[in-house]
Amino acid sequence: MTPGFFIPGDAGALAVGADEVAAALRQAAAERHLDIDIVRTGSRGLYWLEPLVEVASPAGRLAYGPVTPADAAGMLDAALAGDRSHPLAQGLVDDIPWLKRQTRLTFARCGVVDPLSIADYRAHGGLSGLERALSLGAAAVIEEVVQSGLRGRGGAGFPTGIKWRTVAQAVAPQKYIVCNADEGDSGTFADRMIMEGDPFVLIEGMIIAGIAVGATKGYVYIRSEYPHAVAAMNAAIAVARRERVLGAGVAGSPYAFDIEVRAGAGAYVCGEETSLLESLEGKRGIVRAKPPLPAHAGLFGRPTVINNVLSLASVPIVLAQGAAHYRDFGIGRSRGTMPIQLAGNVRHGGLFETAFGITLGELVDDIGAGTASGRPVRAVQVGGPLGAYFPRALFDTPFDYEAFAARDGLIGHGGIVVFDDTVDMAKQARFAMEFCAIESCGKCTPCRIGSTRGVETIDRIIRGEERAGNLGVLEDLCHTMKFGSLCALGGFTPYPVMSALTHFPEDFGARPPRLEAAE
Amino acid sequence: MVGPTPWNAELAQQRIRERLNMDGPLLPILQALQDEFGYIDEAAEPLIAAALNRSRAEIHGVVTFYHDFRHGPAGRHVLKLCRAEACQAAGGDRLAARAEARLGVAMGGTAPDGSVTLESVYCLGLCATAPSAIIDGKVVGRLDERRLDAMLAQVQR
Repeated sequence: MTPGFFIPGDAGALAVGADEVAAALRQAAAERHLDIDIVRTGSRGLYWLEPLVEVASPAGRLAYGPVTPADAAGMLDAALAGDRSHPLAQGLVDDIPWLKRQTRLTFARCGVVDPLSIADYRAHGGLSGLERALSLGAAAVIEEVVQSGLRGRGGAGFPTGIKWRTVAQAVAPQKYIVCNADEGDSGTFADRMIMEGDPFVLIEGMIIAGIAVGATKGYVYIRSEYPHAVAAMNAAIAVARRERVLGAGVAGSPYAFDIEVRAGAGAYVCGEETSLLESLEGKRGIVRAKPPLPAHAGLFGRPTVINNVLSLASVPIVLAQGAAHYRDFGIGRSRGTMPIQLAGNVRHGGLFETAFGITLGELVDDIGAGTASGRPVRAVQVGGPLGAYFPRALFDTPFDYEAFAARDGLIGHGGIVVFDDTVDMAKQARFAMEFCAIESCGKCTPCRIGSTRGVETIDRIIRGEERAGNLGVLEDLCHTMKFGSLCALGGFTPYPVMSALTHFPEDFGARPPRLEAAE
Repeated sequence: MVGPTPWNAELAQQRIRERLNMDGPLLPILQALQDEFGYIDEAAEPLIAAALNRSRAEIHGVVTFYHDFRHGPAGRHVLKLCRAEACQAAGGDRLAARAEARLGVAMGGTAPDGSVTLESVYCLGLCATAPSAIIDGKVVGRLDERRLDAMLAQVQR
């Protein structure tokens, strides 16, 4: 049998040389007059081991990583001999503790299958959610999604099933499913990984949404910073049309559904749902006032389901396994699993899908194994540029929508960016305001003007000008932005700013809280 | 690498026409024009406005809203360095300063010899292999001084 190798074609793996490794492996095989098969998969999400090369063996896939082109020949010999003592050998990939500890529901196939093979997708459980959805009918599908407890994975956490029900109840000649793939939060890459590693799961989720609410057209709005994801989705949609999974009669049913990919053009605010819809319509990405909700008047004024990639990609497993199976994971009102992304200055960075409830400390210290620099972890930002900075003192916070909100933070899209003790938190607070100023759509004053005033005020604080007075101005400004902005960009920018100020006052020239307490 | 086509109104018209049957065609049109010519020539705006039956001001408003659209030609190479939080945590700011110093150009600018345009980008989704960059469409992760210098030498050749 021809030896089978698996090398990720995921952008994160390409960025660290996966293509060069694949070429070196082919070359080494040719020199040995060996025929080998190389399947380009998605990434398993163990990025510190990328490029992670896997080879099929009777016991399961063996992993080697991180492989450089120079290692390829030696690795090939070791792999063919089943040698697990090679310095890069990671053993059976399924036994790698980092992977074994996860609960992979949404990411079950990512890194395993050929992303463009429907046969592979089916062989790994794909399309069984759609088949069950077709047998249940629209109303029961919505009920199933409601019962699963699935909440919007883009960050807002709104119950997905309730959104669908609203659109289903709306009467209109045309409805749309829009997938928000404008994953702009720094520290997040789960949407990208799914689109590049298991695009059919997103397609399947969108089809199920379409059947449930009576929509026949879907759009995937992908940020332009993700050229590989754009290409992967376009390729997958072409395959799905050819295999009649998309089109006039989806998967042999009477339902019609088709999907089109649209690329963004470099505007963070277009991750906000109404701004994204404006952008799709060919306008400036200016936030819309709500109501009307997109569920009533969304894309081109029609009832529209707009969901994040991960929400839609979690729907097939919910349908395939049933609502109870999904709901049984998690805690409180956060049900199911969350694909958490560990990033920044972290030793073991990557994608860790697990049930809600794991603590922040466990994620950072245990799973992330601390910083890549080897220095102590000082702060982590959870939930992207609009998320709060948490100090070690809050590492007992469980990963749960409500628990983070109770501590003036948010889980957002599940990204955790780790910083070591060289971080200057006043600088990070300034950056949050600066980023808001750069990306503000300009519609509402608190965000448009407040962010620029915020940068100026933090600059004064850093320079030591009337520090106490300016700290008061900054707090006041944050209060106005939080309660007066139209969307989360202006409304949440105070989270990183105020958390930096509250938990790390010493970086703003103020006395540390402990000393104040001692007085 | 094939460079962009010099501005050509007829070709622009063709790129516009090809997309008129799309719903919400403006972004795809602008992206096609930038792919073709490397930037959005001001002369394209009235052509698009006429084709879409929208005002020129509206088209100009859209072109200037999005960071991706250039108003003039870029350098022969385009190097985008990620400046967002995950890359900051991994030392990205230091690398950005180094690139600016080595090329003698600030972020957003083009080197005087036209060799390279240096730009900031806010997240490439390569946050677990930070700091990251994208050069002429090729992604690069685990960037350090040595790899950055190699890239800079390559674009300045």
